[in-house]
Amino acid sequence: MAPEEAAVLVSRISRRFGTVEAVREVSFAVAPGEIFGLVGPDGAGKTTILRMLAGVLAPDSGELRLDGIDVRAAPEQAKPRLSYMPQRFGLYEDMTVAENILFYATLFAVPGRERRERGQELLRAAGLEPFRRRLAGQLSGGMKQKLGLVCALIHTPRVLLLDEPTTGVDPVSRRDFWAILYGLRESGVTIVLSTAYMDEAERCSRLALLHAGRIQACDTPAGLKAAMPGALLAVAGTDPRGMHDALAGAPGVQGLLLMGDHVHVRVDDAARRAPELRASLAAQGFAPSSIMEIEPGIEDIFVALLGAKARP
Amino acid sequence: MSGRRILAMAFKEMLQVWRDPRSLAIALLMPLMQMVLLGYGVSLDIRRVPLCVFDQENSQLSRTVVQQFTASGWFRISEVLDRERGIREAMNRAACIGALVIPADFSRRLATTGVGPLQIVFDATDTNTTNIAMGYAQGVVALAGAALDANWTAAHGILPSSVGRIDLEPRVWFNETLDSRNFIIPGVVAVILALIGAQLTSLTVSREWERGTMEQLISTPVTPLEVMIGKLVPYFLIGAVDGAFCLLAAVFWFGVPLRGSLGTLVVTTALFTAVVLAFGYLISVKVKSQLGASQVALVVTMLPTTLLSGYTFPIDQMPAPIRALTLLVYPRYYVTILRSVFLKGSGLVQLAAPVSGLVLYAAVVLWLAARAFRKRLD
Repeated sequence: MAPEEAAVLVSRISRRFGTVEAVREVSFAVAPGEIFGLVGPDGAGKTTILRMLAGVLAPDSGELRLDGIDVRAAPEQAKPRLSYMPQRFGLYEDMTVAENILFYATLFAVPGRERRERGQELLRAAGLEPFRRRLAGQLSGGMKQKLGLVCALIHTPRVLLLDEPTTGVDPVSRRDFWAILYGLRESGVTIVLSTAYMDEAERCSRLALLHAGRIQACDTPAGLKAAMPGALLAVAGTDPRGMHDALAGAPGVQGLLLMGDHVHVRVDDAARRAPELRASLAAQGFAPSSIMEIEPGIEDIFVALLGAKARP
Repeated sequence: MSGRRILAMAFKEMLQVWRDPRSLAIALLMPLMQMVLLGYGVSLDIRRVPLCVFDQENSQLSRTVVQQFTASGWFRISEVLDRERGIREAMNRAACIGALVIPADFSRRLATTGVGPLQIVFDATDTNTTNIAMGYAQGVVALAGAALDANWTAAHGILPSSVGRIDLEPRVWFNETLDSRNFIIPGVVAVILALIGAQLTSLTVSREWERGTMEQLISTPVTPLEVMIGKLVPYFLIGAVDGAFCLLAAVFWFGVPLRGSLGTLVVTTALFTAVVLAFGYLISVKVKSQLGASQVALVVTMLPTTLLSGYTFPIDQMPAPIRALTLLVYPRYYVTILRSVFLKGSGLVQLAAPVSGLVLYAAVVLWLAARAFRKRLD
C-alpha cells in the first residue's frame, strides 16, 4: 500500500513514560475500510498507540498520519475526522443516553436532522432505543459500550479508534457491536481497535501482535497462522494440567499451552509426533482421549512467537 | 470558535450541576449560611461594656455620674465594689473590663477647684476593646461635664471658664451612626462571593479528569476556549443569583444603606464574579483531582480574602510589603467598591482605580486559564 493511500499511517513512533518505554518504534499502515486489530498483553502499548492516534497524547518521535493529516503537527485538524472511544467509559454518567448523543453530535457540528436520523438508526442497531431517557450511569456494561459507539459514530468519522471496546460486555451486546462495525466497514470507515479477546482478533482484517511496546508480527489472521512454525496438536484427556507438565521437554515439542480441557502442543511434525506423544503420555500414566492436529488460533501464534510468558 | 459548541458545553455543565446535589448545595445554600454566620457573627461594635464601680463618695453627684455611664448604652454596671482590692479580683474573674473609681472628695474638689477627678481602670489584655471602651468613657465624661457646665451657667449666669476654650465638634460622615455593620456587611458579601465562586468552578475541570470523561472530550474538535467559556457561563448565572441574594440581604435584611446606583452595583458585581470564577477554573485546570482543587481553592481564597482584602483589617495600617501584597488579592478591589457604592454612593467614575484593578485581573486570569487547558493527557 502506498503511504498516501493509507487511512492510518504509523511510522516509527515511540513514547516513553519516565523510564518505561511504552511504545518503541512502532510502524504500521491501515487501508481505508480495514478493521485493524492491536493484540497483546496488558502493558504491551495498545492504549498508548491509540491515544497517540487520537491526538490526545504526543509521541516522542515518529510520524502519524490519519486520513492524510499529520496528527503530530496538527492534531486539531485530524479530530473532526476521527472518533475515539477510550478504554474507560468516557461519557457523562449523569446525563441520559439522548443527552450524551446530543452533546457529542453538537461538538462535531452534526446538523439537527442528520443527528436525529442517524441517532435513531444507531440506537436501533445497538438495541438502545427503549433507553433514550435513561441516565448513562444506569446502563449495563454492554449498553454503556454500545452507547459509546453510538456517540462515536454520530458524526460519521473517517477513522474509528476503539480501545478494548468489548471488555466486560455480554455476548449479545458483543454481537450487536460487531454487527455495527461490519456495517461501518462497508461504508469505508477505517477501524483501529485493541482487544484482549482472541475470537475478536480473528474477526479483524489484519492484526498487529504487540509485546513490550513493539510489534512482534503484523499480518492477516490467516497469514499469521500460515507463518507459524511447525504444527499444532490438541491433546484432550482427564488431567490436562498433568499432561501439560508431563509433555514438557518431550522430543519435537516446541511449545505447550493449556487451553481449558485441552493441551495445545506445538510440534515440528504432526504426523510423526502424535503417536510418540500418545506413547509418552501412556508411559507416564496418562490416558489421553484424543490427539489431533488443529488449526492454530491467535493465542497459539502469540505463544509461538513470544513463549508462554507473554500469553495475553 | 463555535457558538453551538459553547452552548453544548454550557448546557451539559448546567445539567450536571442540576443533577449533582453537592454542587447545588454549594451554589445555593452556602451563601445563605455564610451570610447569616458572617453577617451576625462579625461585629466590631462594643456595646454594654461590663464596668465595676467603686464609688467612695456615694453622693447625689457621684451617682449621677454613674448613671450617665449606664444611660449612654455603652456600659453596664456589672458589680458595685466596696474596696479597691475588689477591682483586681473582679478583673481576674473577668467580671468586668473596666472599673470606675470615684474618690471620696469628688464633689468637694469639683466645687472648690472646678475639676472633679475620676479614675477609670481598664483590663488591657484585649487592646482593641480597651481602646474603644476608653473612647466611650471619654465621651460619657465629656457629656457629663457639659451637663455640669449647663447647671453652672443656669445657676451663675456665666460659663465657668469661657475664656480660651476650644470646642471640637466631631462629625462622622458616610456611616453616621458609626455602625460597624454598615462597614462589615459589604465586606462579607465580597468574601462570600469570592469563596463560593472559586469553589464552584474549581470542580468543573477536575471532575472531568476524575470521572474519565476528559479523554473522550479532548478527542473531539472542541477548542480550549470553547470549553472555558462553556463551563464558565452556567456558573456565571449561578454566581449572579448568589450575588443578587447577598446584596439583597445586605440592603433589606441587614439594613445597610445603598446610596450608589444599582447599575454600578450590578456591573461591578458581574466583573468580580467573572474574576472569581475564572480563578476557580484556573485552579481546576491545574489540579486534576476534585478534592485537591476544592482544597486549593479554599486555601487560596479564604486566607487572603479574610486577612488581606481590608474586609476586617484596614489595608492602610498594614506594613508596606503586606500592603503591596494586597494588590494581588482581588477581593480587596471589590470590598473597596462595595463600601464606596453602599456608603458613599460612588459611581464608576470615582471607582475607576479599583474597577480597572478588577478588569486587569479578569483579563490576566482568563488569559492564563485559557492557556492552561491543554487538550493532552500528559
